Amino acid sequence: MGKGVPAQFARADAQGDERLQQPGNGAGAEPLVRIRGLHFAHGGKVIFDGIDLDIQRGAVTAIMGPSGTGKTTLLKLISGQLKPNAGSIEVDGEAVHHLNRQQLCALRKRMGMLFQSGALLGDLSVFENVAFPLREHARLPESLLRRLVLMKLEAVGLRGAAALMPSQLSGGMARRVALARAVALDPMMVMYDEPFTGQDPISMGVLVQLVHQLNDAGGISSIIVSHDVPETLGIADHAYVIAEGRVMCSGTPEQVSAHADPRVRQFLDGAPDGPVHFHYPSSVPLAQDMLASGEHRGWW
Amino acid sequence: MVVTDALARLGRAGLTALAGVGRAHTLLAAIIVGLPALLPRPRLLIAQIFNIGVLSVLIIAVSGLFVGMVLGLQGYYVLNQFGAEESLGVMVAASLVRELGPVVTALLVAGRAGSALTAEIGLMKATEQLSALEMMAVDPVRRVLTPRFFGGCIAMPLLAAMFSMLGVLGGWFVGVGLLGVDDGAFWSQMQSKLDFREDVINGVIKSLVFGVVVSWIALFQGYDATPTAAGVSQATTRSVVHAALAVLGLDFILTALMFGE
Repeated sequence: MGKGVPAQFARADAQGDERLQQPGNGAGAEPLVRIRGLHFAHGGKVIFDGIDLDIQRGAVTAIMGPSGTGKTTLLKLISGQLKPNAGSIEVDGEAVHHLNRQQLCALRKRMGMLFQSGALLGDLSVFENVAFPLREHARLPESLLRRLVLMKLEAVGLRGAAALMPSQLSGGMARRVALARAVALDPMMVMYDEPFTGQDPISMGVLVQLVHQLNDAGGISSIIVSHDVPETLGIADHAYVIAEGRVMCSGTPEQVSAHADPRVRQFLDGAPDGPVHFHYPSSVPLAQDMLASGEHRGWW
Repeated sequence: MVVTDALARLGRAGLTALAGVGRAHTLLAAIIVGLPALLPRPRLLIAQIFNIGVLSVLIIAVSGLFVGMVLGLQGYYVLNQFGAEESLGVMVAASLVRELGPVVTALLVAGRAGSALTAEIGLMKATEQLSALEMMAVDPVRRVLTPRFFGGCIAMPLLAAMFSMLGVLGGWFVGVGLLGVDDGAFWSQMQSKLDFREDVINGVIKSLVFGVVVSWIALFQGYDATPTAAGVSQATTRSVVHAALAVLGLDFILTALMFGE
């Protein structure tokens, strides 16, 4: 445990570690992703202060936490887009941060990632977006490639939108196309970065169903980074709550939902005030601030 | 205190600028290293020659024509005072081929295509398209930047040649067509006084260098942009300003090297 960590969080971490070592939580099988003692800082701010985390094979693992706690950064670290300051990240037995570019590319071909914005290539049609990884990495005859792409699009319900451009899609449709592209190479794992954010209930329901189906039918391991609590816990096999650079709690959705820690409770219940304050800290009292002259005015 | 603070700020700004120069050179090396991967996929290059070159034809053609017409008009007024208006063709052609063709084309391309390249790459970064490419095990520098860079390098001399050609036609139209300069003298003096290696080839070399610089600055500014709306906007402005200053500065150096005694 790092210094300065409150006792209740120390307990939460210890509980998490114990659970990870229980056979029922996959300790018997080698985890797909194993993170140990991860430290990462960016721009002088500590994002991760020694976290341990395991992603089990074939499971849906949720990583939740308030905005700005480094959930997306964690995905970037797992995929090798960022390097940790200390600690280790192993994916399928390979230390990601020690791989050279070629090895990293080989590993990434076995990973898929659904970006928050979809990140579709704007100058390519829906069909070409999904075909992109196949064209880049698999030398397939055009007829076979076409069938594969249409199958992927059919799986996400957008075969009829194959000819559309990304600018013609709604947010939910763009994410479904991005999902079809993410699984185009039949990866061993898919990372979802805030897949449900900003979606209407129908799109959200469709995405939840798709993630679930892909995981079950495709045998894909899934990591969902999200702060949409009910949807994420509804499909997760295992969940972590991270905040302040540490794992606050982990376990099955039921265990996480029942966790008593006030910070975890505030996050799960969506309480506006609690251990995480509504007001951003200010060194000046409100009355004094209101009476002060306009020092914050612009140059005009 | 004030002096030390100012010195510290100056030092920080200097270090930031130096770091930027370092990143720009690293990116250029990565772009050039990507050339072998581009050769088996000429479609990517052709698409960029179209985007940068063909889509700039209108502005280059119109600008070239009018610059040539103005040169013809101004040249005639000056040469006429010395009874040397037959030399108008040489004057117009030499000005265009040696200087105005490469320089004005580079400035126009920096404004039209360079800014578009910066905004495109910056937006691709802001919308995570470059990260998505990386996650698909595709190098964004090789896939996105290398074709655009070489597309710009190839398009620039072609556009400069078109600018000069249309400029000469504009000068001919004003000089011969409107002001009555002898047609034979206009073309024959141009042919006899303009040296292919000294004038034309040096002009092509200049436009090639400008093509490299404008494309490089545009791509670097986009790739290095802060991935926000304001960041992309600032990068686009920087791209045009830096490219214009680099072109004008380099033009002086190249002219001194090529045409100096």
